[in-house]
Amino acid sequence: MALYSQKVMDHFTNPRNVGSIEDADGVGEVGNAKCGDIMKVYIKVRAGIITDVKFETFGCGSAIATSSMATEMIKGKTIDQAFELSNKAVVEALDGLPPAKLHCSVLAEESIKAAIKDYYDRNNIPYDPKKFPDCAHCEGCGVG
Amino acid sequence: MQIYADNAATTKMSRLAIDTMLPYMDVLYGNPSSLHTPGQKAAEALFSARETIAKYLNCEPREITFTSGGSESDNQAILSAVGAGARKNKKHIISTAFEHHAVLHALKKLQKQGYEVTLLDVHENGLITPEQVKQAIRPDTALVTVMYANNEIGTVQPIAEIGKICREAGVPFHTDAVQAAGHIPIDVKAQNIDLLSLSAHKFHGPKGVGVLYARKGVPLTTLIEGGAQERGRRAGTENIPAIMAMAASFAYMCDRIDEHTEKLTALRDRLMKGLGQIPRSILNGDPTRRLPGNVNFCFEGIEGESLLLLLDAKGVYASSGSACTSGSLDPSHVLLAIGRPHEIAHGSLRLTLSDENTEEEVDYIIKSVEEVVERLRAMSPVWQDLLAGRKNYVIKQCKNYAQTLN
Repeated sequence: MALYSQKVMDHFTNPRNVGSIEDADGVGEVGNAKCGDIMKVYIKVRAGIITDVKFETFGCGSAIATSSMATEMIKGKTIDQAFELSNKAVVEALDGLPPAKLHCSVLAEESIKAAIKDYYDRNNIPYDPKKFPDCAHCEGCGVG
Repeated sequence: MQIYADNAATTKMSRLAIDTMLPYMDVLYGNPSSLHTPGQKAAEALFSARETIAKYLNCEPREITFTSGGSESDNQAILSAVGAGARKNKKHIISTAFEHHAVLHALKKLQKQGYEVTLLDVHENGLITPEQVKQAIRPDTALVTVMYANNEIGTVQPIAEIGKICREAGVPFHTDAVQAAGHIPIDVKAQNIDLLSLSAHKFHGPKGVGVLYARKGVPLTTLIEGGAQERGRRAGTENIPAIMAMAASFAYMCDRIDEHTEKLTALRDRLMKGLGQIPRSILNGDPTRRLPGNVNFCFEGIEGESLLLLLDAKGVYASSGSACTSGSLDPSHVLLAIGRPHEIAHGSLRLTLSDENTEEEVDYIIKSVEEVVERLRAMSPVWQDLLAGRKNYVIKQCKNYAQTLN
């Protein structure tokens, strides 16, 4: 279908990093089933570096593709680098998304941030809470 | 394998329809409003098409108006009845919560203009009762509009009973028969229908052409001003090639309703039975009082658009009522109207068969849906939560498709 770019279709039909991590160091879940999108990201962190990342997604083709791409983009990166990952960068890496699907990329960014926040919380690492917007900030969903 | 199972969206034009159409493009191309011979030949053809449609609806040719399709017919029917009602100070309209948007959006607009709209509850089985209509009718009711068969879940309303109640109460009755025409029998006289909409591309005719039937004595308001075509009820040169193809296709389909119903019902039931075996799936709409080719399921824990994309990759072409496929944030208003919660309404799948589909194809569809649902569930955090008991299933587990919600 021409709705999505080839890269989106590739990441949707062959998603990378699907699954969960039993002993994850951080887990983030955003979205809700009412809106039709949920993303859950698991990260494994060693010496400030994301050594492994997995995701589970309930959602449309672009939700699955953005989860796959976003997890690929933070694997092997430092926590700080992962935190800097923007939804725009994910969209660009996927050669674009239809305008109605941009909120999926926001969810991908937020699910990673939620996992990082969980990692900070578990390890008592101080952080600025303002840097972690909650799901309600996303205008793509409206239900919250 | 490539299987088109989205016949409620549109159908393939039949060879008959295409062959009927062609001569009206390059040989009999006259304008029926012209006085010369080619024009009069076109006028004769147009009349024969009108006669054919009228014969199969059981009405008079002069009660048939050709339009651009279902949406135009719905709009004209509603605005006409409402306009006539307003002249008698009647500003109440009765309809159902799961009409096609061509009806619902027209009603919404009227609501803003001060009309009062009662939307009847369609219940979990997707059906209204004639009693509901009876109870909702008021002295100021200007129109009752109830779709003949639903476009998503295929449920067929008790049209004759509703028509009788409306006739007795003296309230004009319109039915959007876009999904029904050519597939199940329609008799506007016996069913006391005052206004009816149909669209050619739903029964193997061309797109962009339809019919508005208006019983004699039910005045029509024009939507398009211009020439005196269609006896002043719809301006614009008639789309003769499309109208001829529509008439031929309608006659062909109506003559074979029994044969098609028998074949399609068997295929539909096989498909419903197969999909009903998938754990935590639920059929939407009454299992028997539905269109012969319509199957609609919800699957817990997955989302409809990804389901459609993976089915597409397997060559199965279907549709869904998920928000992502509707272009809005909410899932299908039809599924919400029958009480499906948002969570599972996002995971819906509509398969609509035609007489070209085979048992082998149905079996392939079942196998493909099973595989795709399993694959999506494996990566769904919702499904993982359900499996682990962290959330409760919305759909109760049963052994066949007659499943219920928890």
